[in-house]
Amino acid sequence: MAKVIYKFDDDISTDIIYPGRYMATVLPTETPQFAFDDIKELNKLLNSEKTNETRVIVAGKNFGCGSSREQAASCLKGHNLTIVAKDFARIFLQNSINLGLRTVICPDIEAEVDDDLEITDDKVINKTQGKEFAVVPLPKARQAIVDAGGLIPYTQKILKQRMGIE
Amino acid sequence: MGQTIVQKILARATSRPNVEVGEVLEPAVDTAMSHENAALVMNQFQEIFAGLGRPAKVWNPNRIAIIFDHRVPAESKKTATNQKKIRTFVAEQGITKFHDIRGDEGGICHQILPENGYVLPGYVVVGTDSHTTTHGALGAFAFGIGATEMASVWALGNVLNVEVPDTIKVVVEGELPKFVQPKDIILHLIGKISAEGANFKVLEFHGSTIRNMSTSGRLTLCNMAVEAGATSGIVPPDEETVRFLREEADITGEIELIAPDEDAKYCQVVEIDASKLVPQIACPHTVDNVKPVSEVEGLKVDQIVIGSCTNGRLDDLETAANILRGKKVAHGVRMLVFPASYRIYQKALELGYVNDLVKAGAVVMNPGCGPCLGVHQGALGDKEVALATTNRNFKGRMGNPESDVYLCSPAVAAASAITGMITNPQKGGF
Repeated sequence: MAKVIYKFDDDISTDIIYPGRYMATVLPTETPQFAFDDIKELNKLLNSEKTNETRVIVAGKNFGCGSSREQAASCLKGHNLTIVAKDFARIFLQNSINLGLRTVICPDIEAEVDDDLEITDDKVINKTQGKEFAVVPLPKARQAIVDAGGLIPYTQKILKQRMGIE
Repeated sequence: MGQTIVQKILARATSRPNVEVGEVLEPAVDTAMSHENAALVMNQFQEIFAGLGRPAKVWNPNRIAIIFDHRVPAESKKTATNQKKIRTFVAEQGITKFHDIRGDEGGICHQILPENGYVLPGYVVVGTDSHTTTHGALGAFAFGIGATEMASVWALGNVLNVEVPDTIKVVVEGELPKFVQPKDIILHLIGKISAEGANFKVLEFHGSTIRNMSTSGRLTLCNMAVEAGATSGIVPPDEETVRFLREEADITGEIELIAPDEDAKYCQVVEIDASKLVPQIACPHTVDNVKPVSEVEGLKVDQIVIGSCTNGRLDDLETAANILRGKKVAHGVRMLVFPASYRIYQKALELGYVNDLVKAGAVVMNPGCGPCLGVHQGALGDKEVALATTNRNFKGRMGNPESDVYLCSPAVAAASAITGMITNPQKGGF
């Protein structure tokens, strides 16, 4: 089971997710503390609450638009969040998949804060509202990276083949 | 079936006769660009090789470009230490296209690449910066990627799992009226198709206005293609591209003018009549919140910014100097100018533009990304308003979520600096 902890509208930029002033901080272990730093209540919630429950952020269209900064994906991955959005901006989606941040494309999603969701490969079930919404599968090219466990293992596999390493 | 220019580039980069939209490819990379975030790329790159038990070696040190521009000179010990680590890495790996913090060869990555001839028509260019779309102005397929993806490129020389994108054909016809600039075309287009109107797609620019436009203007158009969500913007290369590469980038070798087929398939065609355009303003807090200047005229501004990878080239500084020469920046307004490279800075010095701007009251800063993304100087105070020739007006972009950023052309920014409020330069007196 997963719980919605925050809801956004359309066009949430990488400046909102990970403000530019923290871009000198690059390591995935250090970025999560600055996630949504300009939305104080959300930043505080992410950094204070320890929970085993899957936490979901629900968003509208074009989530992650703007910069290619990978910190925007790594800071959310560090909090083990799942992002359910109507759709995502290209570079953010690619970064998320490369790093293993769970991104769910759900064009008709309806959910409010505190709703309980069940997310499967092909649908999001909003248990609280008793509704189901179809999930758009990731493009094949991206699913291959997810299946490999992220882009680093995926690249390692190709390098091994090229170098003739067993 | 005819091929778009990006299909042709990707076919060549995969040694195939043609490619279909939606196919997944691993194209060879011609130029791989990073800035200070090379620190993160290095981290990920070393992790790839650590798992293999082999020494970490880049695939080709001559095809990697690293340019310091986001925080120059370093604003903190953290940045300075990152830059130091990158210098060591550059030396160890023998990376040749490295631009440090220097007054002779430094500048913003998206200006350094074109002016040094690091991008040619037909190239596949990737950069760990979303505005890598800029380089489509020279007929390259150029797009932004993340740091881990770049680490993979450094290791393999290929960018993995690229889907051949659909292309939107943008046809711009007619002569631009006085004080209407390439920036106004791209702002108008983004307003028209929205901030995600071209997500996962390419914007291919055509029409007489584009043919008659300088490479500088084309760089502005392609720079902001990403603000419509586009993977890349691209201008089919022509005589002007050759002129730029020969005269301004010292390219002496062969230049192949790759072109889309007449019967190429486009997913959408957008037509713009340039002769009817007026100066445009992108209002807070999204780049597609675009209005004609008349709707926001008179709004008081606290800071004017002219520069960046979008509008920091010589013709942009010339526009500003021509408007401000012999006049004064209004008191109560801070005007910051940051040229896109030191080569431009030097030319602007020689031509007297820097003198004109400083005498008018502008602060001319060192080339770099500066205030554009709120990481290094030029931050805004609470409730302050900035009018900038940069490319983003997202909430918090200039370092303060309690401020507003409006985007415009250099002509509008310069005229507004004199009046202290958003001003249409077409109204006379400029």
